[in-house]
Amino acid sequence: MADRKKRLLQGNEACVEGAIYAGCRFYAGYPITPSTEVAEGMSVRLPKLGGKFIQMEDEIGGIAAALGGSLAGLKSLTATSGPGFSLKQECIGYACLAEIPLVIVNVMRGGPSTGYPTGPSQSDIMQAKWGTHGDHPVIAVTPSTVPEILSETIRAFNLSEKYRTPVIVLYDEILGHMREPVELPEKGDIEVIDRAKPECKPEEYFPYDDRFLVAPLAPFGEGYRFHVTGLNHKQDGFPTNDSKVIDRNNRRIMEKVDLNREEIWKNEETMLEDAEVAIFTVGSTARSARFAVNELRKAGVKAGLLRPLTIWPFPDRAVAELAKKVKTIIVPEMNLGQMYHEVERCAKGNCAVEGLFRVDGEPITPAQIMQTVKKYS
Amino acid sequence: MSTVVEKKEKVSVPFDYNKYLRPNKLPHIWCPGCGHGIVLKAMLRSIDKAGLDKNDICMVSGIGCSSRTPGYVDVNTLHTLHGRALAFATGVKLAKPKMKVIVVTGDGDALAIGGNHFIHACRRNIDMTVLVMTNATYGMTGGQYSPTTPLDAIATTSRYGNIEPPFDACEMAKVAGATFVARGTAYHTIELEKTIHEALVHKGTSVVDIIDACPTYFGRANKFKSASHMMDAIEKDGTVNVKQADKLPPEKLEGKFMRGVLHKVERPEYCEQYDMLIREKATKK
Repeated sequence: MADRKKRLLQGNEACVEGAIYAGCRFYAGYPITPSTEVAEGMSVRLPKLGGKFIQMEDEIGGIAAALGGSLAGLKSLTATSGPGFSLKQECIGYACLAEIPLVIVNVMRGGPSTGYPTGPSQSDIMQAKWGTHGDHPVIAVTPSTVPEILSETIRAFNLSEKYRTPVIVLYDEILGHMREPVELPEKGDIEVIDRAKPECKPEEYFPYDDRFLVAPLAPFGEGYRFHVTGLNHKQDGFPTNDSKVIDRNNRRIMEKVDLNREEIWKNEETMLEDAEVAIFTVGSTARSARFAVNELRKAGVKAGLLRPLTIWPFPDRAVAELAKKVKTIIVPEMNLGQMYHEVERCAKGNCAVEGLFRVDGEPITPAQIMQTVKKYS
Repeated sequence: MSTVVEKKEKVSVPFDYNKYLRPNKLPHIWCPGCGHGIVLKAMLRSIDKAGLDKNDICMVSGIGCSSRTPGYVDVNTLHTLHGRALAFATGVKLAKPKMKVIVVTGDGDALAIGGNHFIHACRRNIDMTVLVMTNATYGMTGGQYSPTTPLDAIATTSRYGNIEPPFDACEMAKVAGATFVARGTAYHTIELEKTIHEALVHKGTSVVDIIDACPTYFGRANKFKSASHMMDAIEKDGTVNVKQADKLPPEKLEGKFMRGVLHKVERPEYCEQYDMLIREKATKK
């Protein structure tokens, strides 16, 4: 382990390495700044591994083909950015209801609309949660370093395969394009989860078998001839108008995530034991926050950092507990307050919650965070 | 030595549709007089004739009346989103090229909301058979005009007559690069079966535009006396087999759609090209 070679990788390249490690063998997408390097990397790597890459005619085609690839049995990936993420939303809803594993990378850029393609942003936090219509389960992970983009991409595949649901990897343009040394994991270093396949006879198979919270998924073309639809369906996969079945299924797909929150949540706590002011943030903003916390501690300010690596489901309990311990939680984010209101909701009035927002396409600096902490401590 | 060869009756075995259907999913949702069931029948017979294994077939559709077809067929079936059938199908086929992918779609699904996927699927020449059931109507939403609705036709969104010129799915497929392009109708059932079979055995993107008028919306709005009158006027009298077209004077061809195989060429197939790439790159590393 000690002599492992480190490679200098760009964030988007680390995403490719993570996907390949996780067993991804299908990529379909459409070029968009600042995520394009993921597609470029996959187009080089996949054919060498016998995997498939296709550049589709548009963003929607990208995710739709990736879903087709996943149903045919290959772990699939698509990557995009803000406007492309908007276009993919209908298919994300389809993946949620039809319960098709898929990883979607969204390298966030400035918006709304075409916005600021080369500028960083964290303005898709809420789009990741609410972008597609209807109540639907959402898992989104938020790495904040290049090595973490690799490991969180692997975790995203694992969660997606385990819970048969799309998982979003959310990071900003700074992380997508920055370079850091990364130690590449070798086989066996990190757990890789594959979707459960049915063990029953084809005639006994139900793709949405209601005996399970997450039913095994057969790949197309291996004898299990089943039906997949975006309509509300019964356990056999065929459409239904039975309100009881619709209700039960709509609740079950949410429960896949709700009942497993403990396992899906992942937080990093820095100097929170005695903190009076806590910072809550993700992605590249968390890097500024960590720097700020260290500087503040040197100056005698009791500051700490709560950094979720899973932003959806929202870390309700961690925030609720933190709110009982600190005077103030400060939420810096490169948007106009998307996580802020969630933190306020979870704090339930037990502490003050203050925002620090930036939407000018520039990162939030440690100095800005230190200034804000000092103001409220 | 002399042998007597006894006279034998030709035994005709009735086609076993249940071999390919999911009987417990019937009756289907289509209206009386709709031709979608005829197309389904022709498709099942063509699949049988092509000797395809049900486990190897993936039938993909979008949204609309015709897109409900896969639900009734006992193969791997994927009912996707409006317009996206070809994109999902591309993923399935590329991930598992051994599968025979059949896309069942309508004119609104394939040519309007899914028009971009249609063009590019044809361009790639990925091995798929695309059956476009063209009824010039959005039936499932109650009879709005579509990209193939003729000029002046009445629809619920063209009450004063359609002012948008329609386009021809076959011409579109051809210029986009499909290597097999044909047209059939629900009226010419035997011919349709032959055409779909030819499409299924073709290597590359094969498109069959199937004129299959909607009696409930298009027929009533445009004052056809009955479903069969409409079928006669649109499918029988409104089309000419391409093989007969040469013999007819130009005035007899005016405003008529050509039936039969309209275009057939050989061109490298996408998945085969990709597999060549894998063979080349996987060995070099």
